[in-house]
Amino acid sequence: MSELTLTSAVVLSFLSVAFFLAFVRLLRGPTLPDRVVALDLIAVVGIGFVSAYAIASDQSILLNVASVMALIGFLGTVAFAYYLRRKA
Amino acid sequence: MTSLILSTATTYLLPLLLLLSVYLLLHGHDVPGGGFVGGVVAAAAFALYAIAHGVEEARRVLHTHPRTLIGLGLLTALLSGVIAFVSNEPFLKGLWTTVTLPVEWKLGTPTLFDVGVYLVVVGVTLMIIFSVAED
Repeated sequence: MSELTLTSAVVLSFLSVAFFLAFVRLLRGPTLPDRVVALDLIAVVGIGFVSAYAIASDQSILLNVASVMALIGFLGTVAFAYYLRRKA
Repeated sequence: MTSLILSTATTYLLPLLLLLSVYLLLHGHDVPGGGFVGGVVAAAAFALYAIAHGVEEARRVLHTHPRTLIGLGLLTALLSGVIAFVSNEPFLKGLWTTVTLPVEWKLGTPTLFDVGVYLVVVGVTLMIIFSVAED
């Protein structure tokens, strides 16, 4: 197993653990803001996944996806914050 | 909602997102991307601006009504088909030419069609977002 595949395997499994933990927080709550933060974290972990996979599979085109997700991803969080403030 | 951090960040993010959307639009021929994705990114940029500065301000930055963009986009897409038609080829057939700017650039009627898709997507999405946000 080459160094790169070993590193990608470690990175991707760490990211999976992070994804799982964020998902647990998303399910358990307990309040809506907690869930929104968990969703934001899932988006960030997703960006990490795509970037790590771009390196692992040697497909630089996937980095486009990561940059679009990074720029757009927080829009959902902002919209949720806007909604929460309007509701309060 | 007025948030200093959000409105300052949005002022810098809007041109960046629009640049990215044009990149996706022009890049989308040989690789993933294209008019639809570019249009969605551009619409998201204006939606972010509407959240940060209010819908009125976002409409002012857009300069035209979204309806105008839809019309322009449909006309552009039609034009891309008519170009092939008037040069004795089947309607909507892709015609390619190479423009030698400082870099060589393949330009063709499919690119023009993609520009049309881009404008229609921006127009439709912004029309929905603005009218929902104004309620």
